[in-house]
Amino acid sequence: MTDKKTIYDKIWESHVVSTNDDGTTILYIDRHLVHEVTSPQAFEGLRIAGRKVRRPEFTLATADHNVPTSDRDKGITDPDSKLQVDTLEQNAKENNITYLPMSDKRQGIVHIVGPEQGFTQPGMTIVCGDSHTSTHGAFGALAWGIGTSEVEHTLATQTLIQTKAKNMCIKITGKAIEGVTAKDIVLAIIRKIGTAGGTGYVIEYTGEAIRNLSMEGRMTVCNMSIEAGARAGLISPDKTTFEYLKGRPLAPAGKEYDDAIKYWESLATDDGAHYDETVEINADDIIPQITWGTSPEDVVSIDGFVPDPTNEENADKKKSIERALDYMGLEPNTPVNEIKVDKVFIGSCTNGRIEDLRAVSIIAKGRKVAESVHAMIVPGSGLVKEQAEKEGLDKIFIDAGFDWRDPGCSMCLAMNADKLQPQERCASTSNRNFEGRQGRGGRTHLMSPQMAAAAAITGKLTDFRDL
Amino acid sequence: MEKFNKLSGHAIPLRITNVDTDMIIPKQFLKTIKRTGLGEFLFFELKFDQDGNKIDSFALNQDQYKGASILIAGKNFGCGSSREHAPWSIADYGIKCIIAPSYADIFYNNCFKNGILPIILDEKTVGRLQDTAENTLNFKIDLEKQNITYVENNEQKEISFDIDPAKKNCLLEGLDDIGLTLNKAVSIGNFEGNQEKETPWLYGNKLT
Repeated sequence: MTDKKTIYDKIWESHVVSTNDDGTTILYIDRHLVHEVTSPQAFEGLRIAGRKVRRPEFTLATADHNVPTSDRDKGITDPDSKLQVDTLEQNAKENNITYLPMSDKRQGIVHIVGPEQGFTQPGMTIVCGDSHTSTHGAFGALAWGIGTSEVEHTLATQTLIQTKAKNMCIKITGKAIEGVTAKDIVLAIIRKIGTAGGTGYVIEYTGEAIRNLSMEGRMTVCNMSIEAGARAGLISPDKTTFEYLKGRPLAPAGKEYDDAIKYWESLATDDGAHYDETVEINADDIIPQITWGTSPEDVVSIDGFVPDPTNEENADKKKSIERALDYMGLEPNTPVNEIKVDKVFIGSCTNGRIEDLRAVSIIAKGRKVAESVHAMIVPGSGLVKEQAEKEGLDKIFIDAGFDWRDPGCSMCLAMNADKLQPQERCASTSNRNFEGRQGRGGRTHLMSPQMAAAAAITGKLTDFRDL
Repeated sequence: MEKFNKLSGHAIPLRITNVDTDMIIPKQFLKTIKRTGLGEFLFFELKFDQDGNKIDSFALNQDQYKGASILIAGKNFGCGSSREHAPWSIADYGIKCIIAPSYADIFYNNCFKNGILPIILDEKTVGRLQDTAENTLNFKIDLEKQNITYVENNEQKEISFDIDPAKKNCLLEGLDDIGLTLNKAVSIGNFEGNQEKETPWLYGNKLT
């Protein structure tokens, strides 16, 4: 047995409360993010059992899935959405949990709010009733999505009963080609390992191309770990991480910040630590990526073609390609850069941060959204929106014909009014292209913010580097 | 939670791989604040077309599968979101056991919190069971013995399955996880005391 450990091993070991007779572990949970969709039944469960929230100060709540992204002065008009959001506010109040309402400029998508506020820190265990909790792994935290029963368990006990996953290393060697973003890297990863490739694993992303990413880019990569089937994805923290945290409202300050850095530095994976599985991808091989089908593994490069099911030997795969082509309304062997779009959605916990919007503004500046396209930009939080407006990005977007909106999950999953109509085709910076994900019958192509912006301008999927 | 031990019933073959949680329960039904009543919306967009007409070719709409309590599905079942509405809708519909070659991690764990037994068998066996299920045969599932039995062509068949002992026990006993963990409140308190000493910056900061 080696004493070299991965960052996952270290965080796991430092959070073990006790080991049960059946081999499961009670793991301490440092931070818990709560949103309106997956929490009402958990709070109801506590009430029925007469239980209390053990650590309200370790819990942060905000509404994101259901909130409108326009005409906010009218409030939430959908009665079911309103009830869910009101229920969260009431539950937070009754349990002394900090709640950021729509009227608070810090409100936004939980996975954008947590990092912004310094709620997310290296070495922590973080959970949320939301699969994209893996986003927080960018800080070298162990963060994963849970169901509502586990939300209730966390609220009541500040722990979860867990079994340890295996370690996977995904190494992106070399430097990314100019114009290739974190989104392209993670789509290339899912293309390679598949949507079940990470099942049973926690993925650690390493290599020069990962190291060179900003915190925002790292969040994009870790965010989509769940699309590769992994329980969580993380990146050992470094100077980029510590710099990002400095001065955040909930980050340690002064001497505590210095002490924390010493601790955070100790978290990085030891040289020679054992991984159960290692995958290497050369950054040189990655150009802008997009999805053509209805699974996040249905990825091609922008200079590629829609696949032909007759070339597939595996019967199951053949059937699923045929089903996806039918749903997407695509012909085999079509060059993907000829596919026309009706809508563009820029936002979500994957790509709704300020750097994403800056990248979009560079492409939008001095150009116009194609007449046939409706293109919306939804900032990930009120603070992202405020920052973008401070930098004048909103003017660039509006002048170019983009629809500049208020923060929320929006058309990533279409729980509010922002959704695709049947057969509408969308260039989207979100994370899932499942059937019906952005609205029943809607057709989603996933891509980077730059690529989505280029699609808005040309009206079809486009390599933005050619603009 | 309801205990799971033995189950006897018909099975529905669902021959789609990578069935995601958006397929299982579309987002328009996530706006509830209750756990119950989601069964009628299970696989809603596979059951009904955009005009609300029943899609006859979909197994759940076929009379022979009415009242079935077992679902035999393709690999990577339940991928996508963490919504527990997925297992809630499955249980509320009356399905207490799923058989598939593999599951997405969060969905798999969620099943055990809701009295649903997710059995893992190799792809070939699952395919064979899907064929068998089309003849509306009765399957018997025994969690204690970890086997599936049925009669085909007057022959008694038995397939055994593996399951993690802790998860098995959880279903057999219908345990209240939270109650059990709360029994360890002293250990949790001790952990917090030590953690506060070692990493004090994790304590005391709260947003206002």
